[in-house]
Amino acid sequence: MPLRLLFVGLAAYVFSAFLFLTLDVRADWGFILAFRGPKLVALTVVAVAVAVSTLVFQTITANRILTPAILGFDALYVLIQTVLVLFIGGAGRSGLHGLPLFTLEAGLMVVLALLLFHALLRRSHDLNRLVLTGIVLGILLRSISSLISRLIDPSEYAFVMANSYAGFNNVDLDLLWIACGVTATLVLVIWFRSRQLDVVALGADTSRVLGVEHRLEARRLMTAVSLLVAVSTALVGPIVFFGLLVCAITYLLAGTWRHAILLPLSALFGASLLITCQTLFERVLNLQSNVLVVIDGAGGLIFLYLLYLGSRR
Amino acid sequence: MIRIENLCYSAGGQLILSGVNAEIEPGRVTALVGPNGAGKSTLLSLIGGLTEAGSGTVEVCGRRIEAWHRAELSLTLTTLRQQTHIVPRLTVRELVAFGRYPHSRGHLNEMDDVHIAQAMEDMELAPLADRQLDTLSGGQRQRALIAMCLAQTTQIMLLDEPLNNLDLNFSRRVMEVVRDRSRAGRAIVTVLHDLTIAARTADQIIALKNGRVMASGPPSTVITPEILSDLYDADVEVYQVGGKPVVLPI
Repeated sequence: MPLRLLFVGLAAYVFSAFLFLTLDVRADWGFILAFRGPKLVALTVVAVAVAVSTLVFQTITANRILTPAILGFDALYVLIQTVLVLFIGGAGRSGLHGLPLFTLEAGLMVVLALLLFHALLRRSHDLNRLVLTGIVLGILLRSISSLISRLIDPSEYAFVMANSYAGFNNVDLDLLWIACGVTATLVLVIWFRSRQLDVVALGADTSRVLGVEHRLEARRLMTAVSLLVAVSTALVGPIVFFGLLVCAITYLLAGTWRHAILLPLSALFGASLLITCQTLFERVLNLQSNVLVVIDGAGGLIFLYLLYLGSRR
Repeated sequence: MIRIENLCYSAGGQLILSGVNAEIEPGRVTALVGPNGAGKSTLLSLIGGLTEAGSGTVEVCGRRIEAWHRAELSLTLTTLRQQTHIVPRLTVRELVAFGRYPHSRGHLNEMDDVHIAQAMEDMELAPLADRQLDTLSGGQRQRALIAMCLAQTTQIMLLDEPLNNLDLNFSRRVMEVVRDRSRAGRAIVTVLHDLTIAARTADQIIALKNGRVMASGPPSTVITPEILSDLYDADVEVYQVGGKPVVLPI
């Protein structure tokens, strides 16, 4: 059954990618591949990074209504944009592209995450404290952004707003391949640790009884999660609830707890969902609005629904 | 097999264990008894290396517990915890199979299957093999968790209140299996609240009160009205029924 589901996921991904590339085609293949190909890769990379990082984060924290975004990645990303606009202006920020900016954004997010993990997980193993600290940190960073935004000229602030939402229209091609390589490597490393993840899912004490040093494993995996989220955020912008939506669908359909199946399944479902929604938005509904805003909204509703279900149990 | 010397442990500024000394030998069942909050579960947790001691030493097979690599220790020692996080979609068989993880690292072979089948048979879990854990009663889930520990086939078993949620029949069954395992040369340390069962099953009893060892030795020397009354701050009587002790509060 799970293997059959993997084939279904793969078929859904191939079909959605095919539709994305071919629907409403008015040019030759060379042009389509050059124009739509990178966007397809970007959609896939982001969906895979967000889906896998959310699934692993939920396993480590033993909580299916959490996403790594809760640790304040999105708030830090917005703060970086705000600070950049404050110091170099909107035009200067718009002129910033390429590897240096990507490295700065991804690097700062990873540093923040690692500081958080090492400061809070060094002595105790209280993951709830980590999550709550992440939430408080996110609020603090948003407050700082809000404070700085008061110092920025309103017309300049429009640049902050423009860069604060995830979007696939202006993905840098060079960065895309770097993000693709980093994401593929991390996802493979995590997949090869599927069996340890299965044990980690049993909780800290049981993991240790079974020979898996939960604290060490959780720190390794959290580092991989923060790298995935940082790369995806630096590439297209902050995504908060999409991972939650994908993981909820994956758990619902998979009927298994094995991460060897859950990880690829969430990646395939996530990519299929994102690409299908983008195709519907762009080609069928002819909407120019950002698809991730809508998907994040749906993910938010799922989040509330899961909270409601949890409160009824 | 296990040597505990001058073990102390504090949490939140409160002394939980103070100067505990004990020796636990292979082929014997050692029962930890005492009132709530006496430090029994903490002691078990310290022996299993799940909690770091404040001072003092715990040696397992001649090596300090901190010196053991976790993967290596899991081949020698297993712990049944009082409260365990449950993965909802896991079936009973899958949970028991996790007991073989230290040996197989997730790649089960025929020998692993034999141990899993034996552990399930010991806990009479065959009819529940494909049931998911969140559909089980507390007692059924407890049996599945005990079976996971049994499947681990370690030389030392630390069982924290293994009879929680179990009915009379399965309480007897679990203690029979515990005795069988000890006869096979394993060291079993178990926290028990049922003093009649402790007196009948254990070879050695360690009575803890306020984090200190109040009495220790064979059941005949510890399961006495005087010691138990002092231990629980309540009047206790020990009767002999069919030559075996029965402990009752007065």
